Amino acid sequence: MRSVSIIGAGCTKFGERWDDSLRDLVVETGIMALEDASVSGEEIDGLYVGNMSGGRFVEQEHIGALISDCAGLSRLHVPSTRVEAACASGGLALRQGVLAVASGYSDVVIAAGVEKMTDVTGGVAADALAAAADREWECFFGATFPALYAMIARLHMHRYGTTREELAEVAVKNHHNGCSNPISQYQVEITIDEVLRSPLVADPLRVLDCSPITDGAAAVVLAPTEEAKKYSDGPVRILAAAQASDTLALHDRRDITTLDASVFAARKAFSQAGLAPGDVDLAEVHDAFTIGEIVAIEDLGFVEKGKGGRAVSDGLTSIGGEIPVNTSGGLKACGHPVGATGIKQAYEMVLQLRGEAGKRQVEGAQVGLTHNVGGCGGTAIVHIMSR
Amino acid sequence: MSTVPRFWRHIPQRYNLVGTHCKNCDEYYFPPRTICPTCRRAARMEDHKFRGEGEVVTFTTIYNATDDFKRQTPYNLAIIELSEGPRLTGQVICSPSEIEIGMRVRPVFRILGKDGDRGIIYYGTKFVPAGGPI
Ligand SMILES: [Zn+2]
Repeated sequence: MRSVSIIGAGCTKFGERWDDSLRDLVVETGIMALEDASVSGEEIDGLYVGNMSGGRFVEQEHIGALISDCAGLSRLHVPSTRVEAACASGGLALRQGVLAVASGYSDVVIAAGVEKMTDVTGGVAADALAAAADREWECFFGATFPALYAMIARLHMHRYGTTREELAEVAVKNHHNGCSNPISQYQVEITIDEVLRSPLVADPLRVLDCSPITDGAAAVVLAPTEEAKKYSDGPVRILAAAQASDTLALHDRRDITTLDASVFAARKAFSQAGLAPGDVDLAEVHDAFTIGEIVAIEDLGFVEKGKGGRAVSDGLTSIGGEIPVNTSGGLKACGHPVGATGIKQAYEMVLQLRGEAGKRQVEGAQVGLTHNVGGCGGTAIVHIMSR
Repeated sequence: MSTVPRFWRHIPQRYNLVGTHCKNCDEYYFPPRTICPTCRRAARMEDHKFRGEGEVVTFTTIYNATDDFKRQTPYNLAIIELSEGPRLTGQVICSPSEIEIGMRVRPVFRILGKDGDRGIIYYGTKFVPAGGPI
């Protein structure tokens, strides 16, 4: 297996992009990533794109061929593959790209993610997202996506004493980080009080505990590490690309307050990289809901089970803390165009490891981890990278 | 809108809580599984009708639902552990202030929803507090 590096990265502004179609977003991010990698196109011999639900959101399937076409690669007839693991589709595209280069099957590969979510009404979007859960045995009985995370939150609070305020602290921190990220959907500070006064969605989760509906796309360019310097002055090396699965339905899990898929993916990733959680300088984790970030930092091994809430309110995960989490603003503030999220996490990590993250830069960042979850834990994907 | 068979094929499970029992490892499954995740090829599966009594493991009250369930808000949704062991997701009919972790519940047969204005009305199991009226 060959070592793989990211030689270029791009990401669109996240938000409600009413003027732009899915195709426009793909073109925009593709140009950014290719320019950043200084490749012209002929070198590309593989394309992977994460997209959760083009069929529901824009009534378009066959996204693989579409993005190759939009990226101007149709005459090169590059193999282009769309992959799907709900909200982890982007992370999955990255891992598939890494495997293709590592195996020697491909040399220069684009891993991208895209979701155009605002072409449908809120109700349709919510229903499309709920398809990440078990349609027959959860949604059929009235489960929504926030409801499943709310049930995780309820039990976490009951069992470990996690407080409503600690959940709010996650949103407050991520909004603060988002303020210094130019691509972030929200660039406005919020207070604990505002979170606690926002309307209930699924008790105990409120509107400001939930990531928004977002349009956006992101792309990274991968190449063998030994050739990376040819393209880039600041290649970022992938030390681990791990993936794990679990039951689709939340009620079938071993423990409702743990995402075992995250635990197993992290364990595998740390063993691939030969590192431990303490070696990680910063992480982008899957905070589709505030409780998601608390559970994630526990499951990834940064803090003990049950201590995630306190870790956030103690500032452990703030920029300047022991392990800064979601410097991009996370899914919560930066936005969550589901298929693009896993690639956006890698984009943020590339900026941080190159020292190009501006006001939100983590000083001396050497090793970063990204964590992308599909559904409420049916899939988890963990990447570890270093400069 | 969906076709009738999509709902109809699940009638035994959703109306009567019929799941499976693995005779090899003595584990119970709801919804029914064809393959026992513990025994896999060694599994010996048989149908099992659950009594439906159980306990609330965790819950939420939903204020913002998908279009199909909008008319029912707010409603309680819970993960319920049946006495035989397996867990399922279902609605608990009681006031949001009444439901709590550890509460005993029993099943009732109710309309669950409908598929659009002209679509199928579908039925299934909901739960009520074990001591409460029918
Ligand atoms: Zn068995």
